[in-house]
Amino acid sequence: MSTTIEQDFKVSIIVDHDKCIADKGCRICIDVCPTDILIHDAGDGKIKMAYDECWYCLPCAHDCPTKAIKVEIPYLLR
Amino acid sequence: METQHIEVDILVVGGGTAGPLAAIKAKQKAPHLRVLLLDKANVKRAGAIAEGMDSVNNAVIPGYATPEQYVKEITIANDGIVNQASINAYATRSFDMIKELDGWGVKFEKDETGDYAVKKVHHLGSYVLPMPEGYNVKKVLFKQIRKVGVEVSNRLTTTRLLVGEDGRIAGAMALESRTGDFVVIRAKAVVLCTGAAGRLGLPSSGYLFGTYENPTNAGDGYSMAYHAGAELSGLECFQINPLIKDYNGPACAYVTGPFGGYTVNAKGERFIRSDYWSGQMMLEFWRELEGGNGPVFLKLDHLADETVTKIEDVLHVTERPTRGIFHEGRGVDYRHDLVEMHISEIGLCGGHSASGVWVDENARTTVPGLYAAGDLCNVAHNYMLGAMVFGKIAGEDAVDFIEGKEHALVDQEQIENERERIFAPLAREDGISPTQIEYKLRRMVNDYLQPPKVTAKMEIGLKRFAEIRADLDHMKARNPHELMRAMEVHAILDCAELAAKASLYRTESRWGLYHYRTDFEGRNDAEWFNFVEIRKGADGQPELFKRPVPPYIYPIDKSELYGYDAMRIESEELAA
Ligand SMILES: Cc1cc2nc3c(=O)[nH]c(=O)nc-3n(C[C@H](O)[C@H](O)[C@H](O)COP(=O)(O)OP(=O)(O)OC[C@H]3O[C@@H](n4cnc5c(N)ncnc54)[C@H](O)[C@@H]3O)c2cc1C
Ligand code: SF4
Ligand code: SF4
Repeated sequence: MSTTIEQDFKVSIIVDHDKCIADKGCRICIDVCPTDILIHDAGDGKIKMAYDECWYCLPCAHDCPTKAIKVEIPYLLR
Repeated sequence: METQHIEVDILVVGGGTAGPLAAIKAKQKAPHLRVLLLDKANVKRAGAIAEGMDSVNNAVIPGYATPEQYVKEITIANDGIVNQASINAYATRSFDMIKELDGWGVKFEKDETGDYAVKKVHHLGSYVLPMPEGYNVKKVLFKQIRKVGVEVSNRLTTTRLLVGEDGRIAGAMALESRTGDFVVIRAKAVVLCTGAAGRLGLPSSGYLFGTYENPTNAGDGYSMAYHAGAELSGLECFQINPLIKDYNGPACAYVTGPFGGYTVNAKGERFIRSDYWSGQMMLEFWRELEGGNGPVFLKLDHLADETVTKIEDVLHVTERPTRGIFHEGRGVDYRHDLVEMHISEIGLCGGHSASGVWVDENARTTVPGLYAAGDLCNVAHNYMLGAMVFGKIAGEDAVDFIEGKEHALVDQEQIENERERIFAPLAREDGISPTQIEYKLRRMVNDYLQPPKVTAKMEIGLKRFAEIRADLDHMKARNPHELMRAMEVHAILDCAELAAKASLYRTESRWGLYHYRTDFEGRNDAEWFNFVEIRKGADGQPELFKRPVPPYIYPIDKSELYGYDAMRIESEELAA
């Protein structure tokens, strides 16, 4: 995808883009997510939550080598 | 969007808990065979145990319990409707599996002398083995998968099984949910380990993925087995769990119980004798809520500070580790606040209740060469360790089954039909999104199937489901990810219809809340002391029939059989 993706719902996966090393090719969080909702936005190079289908389960955060991910409880459940 | 062809000896579908064991054990027994383990997600972090587990719910450990005691307990917990041979197949292998996992590096709780520290949570015996450091289970399994040389393939959503011209299993077909490739896998035996139907009811939060089960488990396996002609069993015996309200995850009674935590009503009174999850316990829970005594809470505020810290070190670290984040958001601290609990949406699950694909004690389904293990099969209350043991049984039996056999012949039409079905939503110009259809379908499941079950309601439900089936021809997916969701909607709909039909068929009440029918109060052993089975008939419609309960290996006196009925604590006892 060449354009930047706008997120149109309240995301529950917060990525600290200063810590994230996606520019070095890291895709671990995308790899491990069971519901496959994280993507690398080729437009702005950022990791984003593309679908509001999160099980708030944590593999993305636990396996991130730079601890760049914070998982929140999806808004409807809080 | 290409078509890929893969040929293996044994195919294991679902790399959660049962699947890895099936693949490892098949490969260990016959290293020369090609064994492929595939998953919709990534095997490394797939399934119910992705973040570990906080206890073995059903350990049968010498000195604490015998297979006979365990088989009897589960027979009683499941109101007599079990195949004791299958429960026994688990019970007699339970301890060996624990020792094997221990050897692989899974950490179980031990006492000062190095013995396993088993706790009593069930109504009658002691079977709960805590795993305070259980977060590494999946990593340990993955290491073994690599070690023995099992092939792994991720992001493959299996959609249908291939059945050979001779009626034997022939493989499976799948969608690669990132590239949109169509994948045809030929195999001589298939082990289905796709978990529960966890996206059946809609959580009361309204969040489609806020389920108890890992939401990858949408019920695909039930649907696939059904369309392959396999017999499904006990679909009227729903899975309903007592969960943290809104969070919709376990609290969990098996962790807090041994530390002194328990369930209370709004008056702060205990009302159930045993926190072990059973339909009978859930019925009392429901009565408490309906009777004006709710909300129901998990009580921990009477425990010492260091005990609560110990509980937090488990509940906020393993299994569903966001429990801590959730409580923090609401300002709940176990030390001085009660945890509000509620009744979950319905699901189908062999591992928690007893609804699954029928298997015998060798994990064989009624289709030759097709096996089922874990939450998908109907071995009652089997949980994590039972999933592993049945995975092992299936993997090893599959090696024997394929001995001397070639791949079954398949007609090309089966493959073409499936390709067409899968890709139709992508080809459509416009239409209804999978999410919209799923939301409506699961909301209808809540409205018409959530117990207590009412005949007239379930009949209306079936009408609504039929209308939604017609909507499937207008479902639109914009990319392979949405296409995966679209295929899941097909499976959820199959599960909803089959669950409604099985529920209508059994004209009695049984298993507490799981099958509580207001028009047929009470059990009717004369007519219904058997399994209710469902399979695809010759006309393509579901065919329902009874399967007798096989003679017990360990006879149980009629006076003991319904021991789980005595779940409610009577007021005299409270006063005493
Ligand atoms: C929150 C929670 C807590 C639990 N706590 C305990 C506990 O403390 N103790 C205990 O003993 N038991 C516990 N259980 C039960 C236990 O975890 C399960 O019984 C067991 O893990 C089930 O194993 P399984 O292999 O059947 O399913 P899973 O481990 O869920 O694996 C199913 C796999 O199938 C894959 N899949 C699904 N559909 C497809 C498809 N179409 N194509 C390809 N792959 C597919 C999924 O991605 C998943 O990886 C708990 C369960 C849950 C959900
Ligand atoms: S919390 Fe789980 S479901 Fe949500 S993005 Fe992370 S890995 Fe995926
Ligand atoms: S795992 Fe962490 S570092 Fe890697 S891409 Fe994801 S957020 Fe960035």
